[in-house]
Amino acid sequence: MSSPPLIQVSDLYRYYSQSCAVCDVSFELARGDVLGFLGPNGAGKTSTMQMISGNLAPSAGAIRICGIDLLDEPKRAKCEIGYLPEQPPVYRELTVDEYLSYCARLNRIERRRRAAAIATARERCGLADVGRRLIGNLSKGYQQRVGIAQAIIHTPAVVILDEPTVGLDPIQIREIRHLIRELGRDHGIILSTHILPEVQATCNRVQIIHRGRLVFADSTAGLEQRGRASSLLARFLAIPDGAALQQVPGVDRVELLPGQRARLFFSAADPSEALVERAVSAGWRLVELGSERNTLEQIFIELTTADSAHQQAEAAA
Amino acid sequence: MILTIAARELRSLFLSPLAWAILAVTQCILAFQFLSYIENFLDLQPQLAARDGAPGIADLIIAPLYGDAATVLMLITPLITMRALSEERRSRTLSLLFSAPVSMTEIVLGKYLGILGFFVCTALMLTFMPLSLLDGSALDLGKLAACLLGLLLVMAACSAIGVYLSSLTQQPAVAAVTTYGALLMLLILRRTSSLSSGDSGVLGYLSLLEHYENMLKGMVNSTDILYYLLLVLLCLVFTVRQLDRMRLQA
Repeated sequence: MSSPPLIQVSDLYRYYSQSCAVCDVSFELARGDVLGFLGPNGAGKTSTMQMISGNLAPSAGAIRICGIDLLDEPKRAKCEIGYLPEQPPVYRELTVDEYLSYCARLNRIERRRRAAAIATARERCGLADVGRRLIGNLSKGYQQRVGIAQAIIHTPAVVILDEPTVGLDPIQIREIRHLIRELGRDHGIILSTHILPEVQATCNRVQIIHRGRLVFADSTAGLEQRGRASSLLARFLAIPDGAALQQVPGVDRVELLPGQRARLFFSAADPSEALVERAVSAGWRLVELGSERNTLEQIFIELTTADSAHQQAEAAA
Repeated sequence: MILTIAARELRSLFLSPLAWAILAVTQCILAFQFLSYIENFLDLQPQLAARDGAPGIADLIIAPLYGDAATVLMLITPLITMRALSEERRSRTLSLLFSAPVSMTEIVLGKYLGILGFFVCTALMLTFMPLSLLDGSALDLGKLAACLLGLLLVMAACSAIGVYLSSLTQQPAVAAVTTYGALLMLLILRRTSSLSSGDSGVLGYLSLLEHYENMLKGMVNSTDILYYLLLVLLCLVFTVRQLDRMRLQA
């Protein structure tokens, strides 16, 4: 039998008094997976992550980490978890080295391996130069890195990161993304974020949670498949009226945009070639042409707004 | 694991100026009291020397000094314990402990022992004063040990109450106020009970200092020790349960 999945969440529920924050959530995470966890504010992302990391008790359901039940054997299961909450859990009055050494001890790293573990974590998170500085005096970005270092210091099987790139500058974001991809090779990672391109850049699986329920789960490769081009964006210096554009073969619908732009929707074949030919012959002076993909963002907005529209209709009825 | 958490707690306490200020101020006040008790003793000494079985240094200097120390330390306990758990909740550092392979009991015991470490420091600093009398007087070390033990037990009970109340709120100030309230209540209990009837009844038994006074006289009763240990145990069990509930309610 193959080894059990790193995380196995089944039928997870969490109620806050009456409202259901997490509702019937089930998923698995295998070694080498980087799972992007998406959802609008208050969708239940953080609650789910808190439950997997043992910070919040589920109302119902089971969580297994490497086959160990988190609720039955919390100590053994937690050895395999590294968790970075939204706010990095750092003690401002300690130096980076002191803090990491405390974390190493908390996570029961043996004395002789401790120094090496601290050095590796510091190296991986780019903290080599700030080891002796007080955490309280570091910038937000560096505090975030200290938080990540804390989560990976004991090389856990599962790393859970709640919005790890918030408050970082673009260079740091790139470094952190690189780090996440690197970690993803030998750990399983769950990553929550609001930044959709981040998911496409770092994750190989995507889940969207909305009102406590999983509404979408797929691999990013599958997402690319879904994301076939469905519209063209064109800019003309002498833009024709909508009716003329509609007559280009293959175009279903035209949307005229400000700045002499037009969006042309199509369902079957890509009409780019026909459009270029027509533009040249009719003298529309086409200067820009690009295909728009059905992106994660569109899927996200579709799933999260369609449902609320549905709910509003329900409420009105 | 418990010791790791305790060491971190103690270290953080001493990294803030608050702990140092408290140590300095208590030491000053108690040193002043110590000197005035010595002066008092020296005034009385000619009369005492004449009598047989007269009270000695232990009764006239050490016992009142440790009595004062308990009152002063009860006043500073809330300042030290108020941040124990409320601060961790407020700055969200508690999740570091929750997601580490550590049980709730270990977290609470670690926090508690860290704070107790501070009070052991204060008590030892205080004990240097009577120990300085060893040179040039016949000090009853047994009585001194009883006083020290009593003081440590009072501190242990006070800080356990403080740690529990600090787990109930995210605001250190609220934790401090409620701890003051609880400790003063335990002080007042004795007053009211001794007013109503000559001997202290149930209320007197509950009073925090009633049991301490026996030890100041040099009597170490197991009932007194048990009273403090039970109080500590009760508060710590409540704290563990409170942390568990925090995970349920969050």
